[in-house]
Amino acid sequence: MSSRWLGAWPAIPALLLLFVFFLYPVVRMLGFSIEGGTLDWYTKALGESLYLQVFWNTFEIAFWVTLICLLLGYPLGFLLATTTPGWATVGFIFVLLPLWTSVLVRTYAWMVLLGRNGVFNRMMLEAGLISDPVPMLNNFSGVLIGMVHVLLPYMVLPIYGAVRRVDPALVSAAEGLGASNSRIFRRVYLPLTLPGIFAGSVIVFVLSLGFFITPALLGGGRVVMLAVMIEQQIHQTLNWPFAAALSAVLLVFTLAVYAAAQRFTRSADA
Amino acid sequence: MATRPTGLKAADLKVSGLQKRYGDVVALDGVSLDIASGELLTILGPSGSGKTTLLKVVAGFEKPDAGDVRIDGADITALPPARRDIGMVFQHYALFPHLTVRANVAFPLEMRNVPRAEIDKRVSETLQLVELGGYEQRLPKQLSGGQQQRVALARAIVFNPRLLLLDEPFGALDRKLRETMQLEVRRLQRRLGLTTIFITHDQEEALVLSDRIAVMNKGRIQQVATTTEIYERPANDFVADFVGESNIFHGTVTEPGVVSLEGGRRLFANHSGKVGQRMGVLMRPERFGRGTNVFAGEVKEAVYLGVSFKLRIACDDGLELIVRQPARGPLPAPGTRVNVAIEPEDIHVF
Repeated sequence: MSSRWLGAWPAIPALLLLFVFFLYPVVRMLGFSIEGGTLDWYTKALGESLYLQVFWNTFEIAFWVTLICLLLGYPLGFLLATTTPGWATVGFIFVLLPLWTSVLVRTYAWMVLLGRNGVFNRMMLEAGLISDPVPMLNNFSGVLIGMVHVLLPYMVLPIYGAVRRVDPALVSAAEGLGASNSRIFRRVYLPLTLPGIFAGSVIVFVLSLGFFITPALLGGGRVVMLAVMIEQQIHQTLNWPFAAALSAVLLVFTLAVYAAAQRFTRSADA
Repeated sequence: MATRPTGLKAADLKVSGLQKRYGDVVALDGVSLDIASGELLTILGPSGSGKTTLLKVVAGFEKPDAGDVRIDGADITALPPARRDIGMVFQHYALFPHLTVRANVAFPLEMRNVPRAEIDKRVSETLQLVELGGYEQRLPKQLSGGQQQRVALARAIVFNPRLLLLDEPFGALDRKLRETMQLEVRRLQRRLGLTTIFITHDQEEALVLSDRIAVMNKGRIQQVATTTEIYERPANDFVADFVGESNIFHGTVTEPGVVSLEGGRRLFANHSGKVGQRMGVLMRPERFGRGTNVFAGEVKEAVYLGVSFKLRIACDDGLELIVRQPARGPLPAPGTRVNVAIEPEDIHVF
């Protein structure tokens, strides 16, 4: 046995765990999807417009969630990275607190806030801003709001890291060479934090693709994302092979996004 | 060729009464300096002496608590760095890692909205000037330390700044390269007639480069003078000790032309002190040779330094001297009896 494998021994329990509880189920699931030696379930998943619409919805929501997270997350990450240590700590508590709270709890909280008789609608009605409740739950915007809230930290943290890595001397140099604040941002911060923007966006996008709880609860069955549909196939129609085929397609999409991202980062490094 | 466009004259700089505190730490304690147009003034001091703070105040990165900074008589104390027209070379160059050499050097011109064609012309002229023609498309990380330094220098002078600031720019280079770059910077600075402030803690570097040196310690300027003046006639213990090797003693003037040291030794020295006055005495190690003041003693330590021997001698009268002698013959062994001597005019009394 060569010595480079000796270092692998301590990792064996974890590798076993991954194999038994992750790799095996995935392979088993893929087996379900081609049960009977047919690709019919895949033809159904990728051929019927109903299901294509769900794929499209999923990508559309993931796209908007990523974009909104980026627009909200960049200024926040930037602020955390450039403020005094005291304020940064306070800011971090606010960013991380949601991560330590159950997604389920947060999603129910949004239902209370966004509902027809929810906190927001009542406040706006009382203030006279609106005369009828604005639908914010069981629709696209409800799902967006909930998902952005859950996924925002995954955008903020990589951006925070990227901004922290920008050498303050570069900012001083740009300033001394005559750059205004907006030009310092565009010419120095933005290009140097692109890797952080990219990392955050990929994480948020990939997580969005497979998101379940938030779209299931805030979408109220009207906004159907892929994960929600897979769950329906398993619990309501009991069509496991079809659920497996949908899962396989989701897995491939996710890996494809990830691979494209890796490729892009590598070519940007070179 | 990239000489200064006519009509643009290097500026003179005047700082007066600068004060700056960080909490309990006094970084600048009443600093005043005049720098003439086209002059290279070095600010020399140990770390923590306030030299970097002074540079930051001049560049505009720090606001002084009191005092002002004037360029050509105009008060710029409140101006942000971007509007000061000061070129600066940072300690670790601070080149933009994502921009090519060309884009780095073009940066200050773009910030000034100089037309494209003019930018191209001036960038290539300046790169020629620092001998980096042909490197336009490289990224900073593809350059050696010396080349990065040249890019930083090109970027700092391409926009004809009114003042050039150099913040310990040679610290990261090896000795040979450092000496080459020092001479090159000096040549460029003279040719362009740039008013320049150079910050360093390296006294040798200061002597090589400067017109004048300002020695700083504890937030104060200890002495501002020409390089020879600083070396030959330091104003106080700190300057004498910080610049060059030195034998420093203290004593009292007992009669004209004589200083009696603590411990009793009488030295013949040229000075203008009055009888009874307490004075410092400086003897540079390399000035020992023949002379009226003779010291007999025993070699404690001897080091061979190529051009010279460096000896530590315990004199019979209790003094300990560092002496440099031309490296001729065998290196004296510890314990050897020696006589060393120094002329009165080679002793500086302050």
